[in-house]
Amino acid sequence: MKDTDIKRLLYTHLLCIFSIILSIFIPTFFLENFSILETYLTWLCICSVFVTAINLVLYLVVKPNASSKRSSLSYKVTRFLKRCIYFLMSCFFFHVIFVLYGAPLIELVLETFLFAIILSTFTTVPCLCLLGPNIKARLRVFSRNGVTSIWENSLQITTISSFIGTWFGASPIPLDWERPWQVSPISCTLGATFGYVAGLVISPLWIYWNRKQLTYKNN
Amino acid sequence: MRLGSGTFAACCVVIEVLGVALFLRGFFPTPVRSSSRTEHQAEPPAPEPSAGASSNWTKLPPPLFRKVVIMLIDGLRDDFVFGSKGVKFMPYTTYLVEKGASHSFVAEAKLPTVTMPRIKALMTGSLPGFIDVVRNLNSPALLEDNVITQAKAAGKRIIFYGDETWVKLFPRHFVEYDGTTSFFVSDYTEVDDNVTRHLDKVLKRGDWDVLILHYLGLDHIGHVSGPSSPLIGHKLREMDSILMKIHTSLLSEERETLVPNLLVLCGDHGMSETGGHGASSVEELNTALILISSAFERKPGDIRRPKHVQQTDLAATLAIGLGLPIPGSSVGSLLFPTVEGRPVREQLRFLHLNAVQLSKLLQENVPSYTKEPGFEQFKMSERLHGNWIRLYLEENNSEVLFNLGAKVRRQYLDALRTLSLSLSRQVAQYDIYSMLVGTVMVLEVLALLLLSIPQALSSEAELEVPLWSPVFSLLFYLMFLVLSALHVIVCTSAESSCYFCGLSWLTAGGVMALISALLCAVGSALAKMFADGKFLSKNPAHPKARWSELDVLILLGTMGHVLSLGASSFIEEEHQTWYFLINTLCLALCHEIYRNCFLRDDCEPQQCSHVEEGFVSPAPALQDRSIRCNMLEPHRVSKGPTSLDTLRGYEKWMVLASPWVILTCCRLLRSLNQTGVQWAHRPDLGHWLTSSDHKAELSVLAALSLIVIFALVQRRCSLTSKVAMALGLLGVYCYRAAIGNVLFPWQRDSKDISKGVIEARFVHVFVLGILFTGTKDLLKSQVIAADFTIKTVGLWEIYSGLVLLAALLFRPHNLPVLVFSLFIQTIMTKFIWKPLRHDAAEITIMHYWFGQAFFYFQGNSNSIATVDVSAGFVGLDTYMEVPAMFLTAFATFAGPVLWASHLVSFLSSETSGSALGHACFCYALICSFPVSAYIILVTSLRYHLFIWSVFSPKLLYEGMHILITAAICAFFTAMDQTNTKS
Repeated sequence: MKDTDIKRLLYTHLLCIFSIILSIFIPTFFLENFSILETYLTWLCICSVFVTAINLVLYLVVKPNASSKRSSLSYKVTRFLKRCIYFLMSCFFFHVIFVLYGAPLIELVLETFLFAIILSTFTTVPCLCLLGPNIKARLRVFSRNGVTSIWENSLQITTISSFIGTWFGASPIPLDWERPWQVSPISCTLGATFGYVAGLVISPLWIYWNRKQLTYKNN
Repeated sequence: MRLGSGTFAACCVVIEVLGVALFLRGFFPTPVRSSSRTEHQAEPPAPEPSAGASSNWTKLPPPLFRKVVIMLIDGLRDDFVFGSKGVKFMPYTTYLVEKGASHSFVAEAKLPTVTMPRIKALMTGSLPGFIDVVRNLNSPALLEDNVITQAKAAGKRIIFYGDETWVKLFPRHFVEYDGTTSFFVSDYTEVDDNVTRHLDKVLKRGDWDVLILHYLGLDHIGHVSGPSSPLIGHKLREMDSILMKIHTSLLSEERETLVPNLLVLCGDHGMSETGGHGASSVEELNTALILISSAFERKPGDIRRPKHVQQTDLAATLAIGLGLPIPGSSVGSLLFPTVEGRPVREQLRFLHLNAVQLSKLLQENVPSYTKEPGFEQFKMSERLHGNWIRLYLEENNSEVLFNLGAKVRRQYLDALRTLSLSLSRQVAQYDIYSMLVGTVMVLEVLALLLLSIPQALSSEAELEVPLWSPVFSLLFYLMFLVLSALHVIVCTSAESSCYFCGLSWLTAGGVMALISALLCAVGSALAKMFADGKFLSKNPAHPKARWSELDVLILLGTMGHVLSLGASSFIEEEHQTWYFLINTLCLALCHEIYRNCFLRDDCEPQQCSHVEEGFVSPAPALQDRSIRCNMLEPHRVSKGPTSLDTLRGYEKWMVLASPWVILTCCRLLRSLNQTGVQWAHRPDLGHWLTSSDHKAELSVLAALSLIVIFALVQRRCSLTSKVAMALGLLGVYCYRAAIGNVLFPWQRDSKDISKGVIEARFVHVFVLGILFTGTKDLLKSQVIAADFTIKTVGLWEIYSGLVLLAALLFRPHNLPVLVFSLFIQTIMTKFIWKPLRHDAAEITIMHYWFGQAFFYFQGNSNSIATVDVSAGFVGLDTYMEVPAMFLTAFATFAGPVLWASHLVSFLSSETSGSALGHACFCYALICSFPVSAYIILVTSLRYHLFIWSVFSPKLLYEGMHILITAAICAFFTAMDQTNTKS
């Protein structure tokens, strides 16, 4: 059972990576002069939309956690709305953190906010899909020994690696290479994307290698 | 011998300071200079040597040229004149070089290839070392002996047009000047037109002797569009026409007066292929130097390649040409072709003067000068010269005279070359041997510190120092012998001078003994560790200590910071690293707090593991093999569950909010002072506040800050120091009002601005008073062993005394930094460290990080330019070296010092037992880690482009920092001693 789970995890992750790659190549057919660096705001939007969509679809198809018993439409709608609000809140939260980290307060607001959106897409969206609007569950997942399934474990790994990617993405900014991607949010965005992709790749492998040691409370 | 870990760490840091000092002495060779300044230039010029016969030439020879025009073109690379560009764009100059009465050279500049040091080199003939930049922080004027000052003293009238650096370097030297600022790099026509517009008038007038023109346009073009830009051609053409104008005018004047004039065309530095300069590529070092005068004879068809000479040679040549004494610290040798046309006796006279000056400089700078080959050559040529003079005066056979003269001349030229070379090598070379000895000392200390982590951070906080163990004594003596032999070999075979060899034998022997003793200590620590390791591997029930996220962050952050020191940009922007790290630290703390707050109920397994650890750990704690774990978690054992659940209501909310408050404070501070290089030009609050339009706002802010400082500091002071503090802070405001920084509400305009000496001394008295009260309390607590509170109060008083001193020294717009520092300390103490029960090591490292960040929040950076020298004059009438240095150092390093002293007072009030020892050890370790790594990095990067501009200032900062760390560790140890006694 575990092996099949890991396989499913791997496939979903491959799809996510594929969506990011698509978000780079598909717009070139429709938009003129599209490239990640020059029109990177557009790319951010497209990438964010792609990743969100694929996450939602996968969540609906795969259904990693047992769906709730109640399934009335109104309940679903409120849950969905709640998730949207949580997503927005996380965007603002990240924006505030970027400003605290030194992003300019007044200039480049749009850039910083889009960066916050994409980081939320990489971290909050899968989280909301999997755990629902539940802060306590999130805190549980992100503390030691708190995970209860391989899905949560992979969520932990991808999220942390996205954050680490973002964190390291900021480090080339002070260097004097004078490259176009060294400007404040761009390198962080790229770092976040790389981190997310790396997390997607690493987490199934890591879980596969450590499948003997991993014991979850529920499984 | 058993030592407390605090004492041990303090000793280690003191040894490390010695090592770093030795390294610095080797890394920054002292510049070669003569002790005689321009003021007492009364000593007569050396008379002509004459073996037996008496010569009548005892005065300085008369000038060779009537007028001298120096045309300095900034960034004039050699191939702009001698290469294809010169042929194409500078036809007149090329004609002069190839066929005219001129001598052309490729003059090699020395590092740093920046305008001001190069002007100094051209005019003094000396090589300004890096340390000069630090020494001359206060006075921009050139104090060394130089051609311009000599010319002025000799009554020459000098006119200057061009870069205003000259006006700053030589104030009141020019009878007429017009300085253009080189600030706007994009302007390359106006700067030169401002020079050229005076030219017609001046050339017609005859009332000057020296005319200096400094053209900036070429360099500006290079900066903007590089050396291959078409603009360069236009500029060269313009320069060529100017040169032609000057030359023709000089020639026409010569026809009337029949005395030759001299026109010098030179560059100060070259231009790299990208158009910049400052570094050491060949294009930047090689400049064109052309001397044009009708005195220079030239046979037709005499084609010469421009010879390679040193830039410093120009000063000696100009001095001879103008009939002046050669500048005392000039290391250049006369450009002999300029005097080739003179009679042999004069030629020899000039060469002799130059050689005497160089050998005097050598005597002053090299202790063993008699062994130098140059000096021997000089003595021999002087003897030959004397013989020649005797023959000459006896009017001997002209053939013999001529041959002997040629021989003497050759001897002199050889001697000059050797002397000049050995003098310039003094400056240009790193003293690798001293650097190596210093590095070895520092590394050994670091290794010792690292190896003794498990012992030093054990619960006893004591460790065995195995210096006198008999097994290693043999090794010690062997090492000592080998090192001494090495020392003798190196010192006897070294070509260049070496500081460490210059030390007395006793000192050197002491250092050697220290090194071998340290090595033995490291060896025995290693052996012990292996023994323990074997013992432990037999013992499988060794629990794996856990690392919390915070510990991982602290470890990775420290590593990352050390690694980042290898990149020049990261050094320039080091503040960003620290801001980034403390932000991350706050977020990690936030995470820890939230987890502790919300997951109380479902973290049972974690607690279990903690308890389990608590049972098992004490036994193997002494032989703990995993160094890091033990280093970071020495107190985990006694830690148990955190006490967050004991907090209720408002306090809990404060705990939850505190990381965000701290983050907000840091963000505000960040926008107060923009520092570094890349973003330094951004507008910041500090500049806004200090501009004269916002004096009222600044006054309000300063007053508010002082009030808040009082409110935050007074709560733990005794009554007397409370009063003293209040009066002192009032005095600070009065001082700032007196020197015109801030306003009193009743004082509309600042009319009388004084130096504020009385007010500042008033505050100084209170600072000393508070410090004295604190010390008294500490001494009292040592006598009355039981009373613990007195000691806490005493420590806090010392801390508040330092805060008051910082408030006095900080510029008023920086007072919020102090406020926020106190505020963050209060919040951290109350809501983070106490409830979360971090151990001493973690708290120490957090203090260190915040201290570093506050160093940059103050507006400091890793360049010398941001040191606030004015702090050294607070309360002093005149410049007094020791107090001024102390005050400046304190004002610069106020952030780290205040955080460290807060650490002492916090730890001794909150925790007991071994915490202070642990903290001292950790502080020593975490400070010495970057220093040691940086020393190695700098040694390996010593030929890097930015070694002078970026790495060297940082090295000085690091050296200063380790010195201050030593002081702090000594203070720690003293407190620890009183602790153990009581």
